[in-house]
Amino acid sequence: MLRKFRESKSLQGTLLVAPTLLFMVGLLIIPLLLTTIISFGRRNADGGVIYTFTLDNYLRLGGFSTSCENGASACFDPLYVNILLRSLSLAFETTILVILLAYPLSYFIARAPSKHRNTFLFMVLVPLWTNFVIRVYAWMMILRTQGVLNGVLGSIAGLLHIPFTPLEMLYTPGAVLVGMVYEFLPFMILPIYTSLEKIDNSLYEAAADLGADAFRTFFRVTLPLSLPGVVAGTILVFIPVMGTFIVSDILGGRQVILVGNLIQRQFLDARDPTFGSAASLILMVMTLVVTYFYTRKFGFGEEIIVA
Amino acid sequence: MSGFAVEMRDVVKTFQTPEGGFVNAVDHVDMQIKNGEFFSLLGSSGCGKTTSLRMMAGFEWPTQGEVYIEGEPQGHKPPFQRPVNTVFQSYALFQHMNVYQNVAFGLEMEKTPKNEIDKRVGKALEMVKLNGMEKRSPKQLSGGQQQRVALARALVKLPSVLLLDEPLGALDLKLRKEMQLELKSLQREVGITFVFVTHDQEEALTMSDRIAVMSHGKVMQVGAPVEIYERPNCKFVADFIGDSNFLEGEVRSCDGENTISFVPRLGMEIHGMSQSKFSPGDKIVISIRPEKMRLSEQPALSQNCLEVKVTNSAYIGSDTRLEVLAKDVKLKVWEQNHISTLDPRAYHQGEQKAWLSIFPDNALVLPAE
Repeated sequence: MLRKFRESKSLQGTLLVAPTLLFMVGLLIIPLLLTTIISFGRRNADGGVIYTFTLDNYLRLGGFSTSCENGASACFDPLYVNILLRSLSLAFETTILVILLAYPLSYFIARAPSKHRNTFLFMVLVPLWTNFVIRVYAWMMILRTQGVLNGVLGSIAGLLHIPFTPLEMLYTPGAVLVGMVYEFLPFMILPIYTSLEKIDNSLYEAAADLGADAFRTFFRVTLPLSLPGVVAGTILVFIPVMGTFIVSDILGGRQVILVGNLIQRQFLDARDPTFGSAASLILMVMTLVVTYFYTRKFGFGEEIIVA
Repeated sequence: MSGFAVEMRDVVKTFQTPEGGFVNAVDHVDMQIKNGEFFSLLGSSGCGKTTSLRMMAGFEWPTQGEVYIEGEPQGHKPPFQRPVNTVFQSYALFQHMNVYQNVAFGLEMEKTPKNEIDKRVGKALEMVKLNGMEKRSPKQLSGGQQQRVALARALVKLPSVLLLDEPLGALDLKLRKEMQLELKSLQREVGITFVFVTHDQEEALTMSDRIAVMSHGKVMQVGAPVEIYERPNCKFVADFIGDSNFLEGEVRSCDGENTISFVPRLGMEIHGMSQSKFSPGDKIVISIRPEKMRLSEQPALSQNCLEVKVTNSAYIGSDTRLEVLAKDVKLKVWEQNHISTLDPRAYHQGEQKAWLSIFPDNALVLPAE
């Protein structure tokens, strides 16, 4: 038995994969299948599921409505389509802002003297020691009407004798964007840093030697060589931003509802698991489609992991 | 105008050590490199040869002194404003560009018209025998081919001076020998001044018109390969280049080149040759190359003839390498095997008595360190 195990590569492989495989099948594949089945079902009066086959939930998400104001039997209600589009555009905005903020910082860290680099990276990672939700609450303290930011602005205005009315920052799309950017920044900094740090110094020297000034060296050498880091970071940021609901829940309140909030409310408040399941699947499909086209063009940034 | 391709005048480069001290990587170096010359900087690691090259390229600036290129002081000019190009030890090829794009990069930076870039890149690749490989990525090339791309990329810019930082260091021995000859003929063909950094003395001797031997940030000697080997000016150079026997002594008399010194350990006077003037009583060291001595059964010279005992012999094909004992002084003697025979008596063996003759011309008298 032991000897057979030693000689059989496939047996060894199977055993090595088995724990993860069981985990994935039990906690991903089966729940996903159940979600799919439920999404085609119908909700009963007390929040249970009637297993049947209906496209009602998907039609509702697509804007097909039967409760119309002017007595028509069907009309277009953009509520859910808007939520989906808002989530998508917020994910794009967050990703782009995160890239713009993370790149210069990563560049700075990668080009810093090697004895300081670990300190800087450590500082990037420190916020991650605090719980995600608590960090979002901290932003609530900063942004609310009686919050830190308004307090500071008020004092400055007071010193300059300018009349100041506290700004309404909390519960706006801007607050959600700030929170998202803050939460996901480290996940962009690390891969970009890794790819920048791997660029050999002699390549910068070669570019300078061949006549490129700092500007052209950056666009012709540094940026293309660090693209795998940007790609990997984009995947790490875009996908979770699409689905997260905590940031928008705390910083957006009822004003900024994303698809994540929609799903959460369907399961917990509205008690309609069938509609929640349909929304979950649509979210997944949207994310997959965007990621698919993105990775087909740019790859997964696997160079930073492999090479 | 100084008329030199590169000139270093009293150049010092000071670096801070991790312990907080300071060290002169290049220490008051003066050097003149002529136009069209193949000039090598030779020395072991840490001797300042690469730092000197990097100051010519503009990657480092002198702490003191000035680097002139084509008579122009370079001051703190950045690399892209200097009429030089560098071939890096690691090649430093752009992995995200193919061979053509790598070679064209420098010309694009100069805003050369597209059709001229095409023409010049084609010519450069032909020169390094890489035509047809334009579309390949550097990853798909062997070490030797990558080396050629790096060479073409630098040469295509038609620099006044090409700086090469141990460019053959990563190649295997056979390819290295091939590339040495190829580089040399390429240099003759293009007529550009080459400044070549290497720690390999054979490489430097094979390729260079002139060599600067460096040690601890200083230039010890500059000269043609034959001068460096046959007329080293100090014990360091004699020891660093090739193999040598050293005998310490004291000058008895010095008449022009002919110098007679007493060597206490041999208990006799040795007639030698000196390049500098010595006075009686000066402490000196005599350097004798192992291939420049003769062993015979009978004394062959009236002077400089030592009775020795062969203590060890190694037959290595072209030579027989012997270790002999004169009094208690161990000497290396290499005899060329110029006749073909299996007869062991033709080669000197261990425990054999013999006479060792040294022609005065082969005994170089150098100042003691």
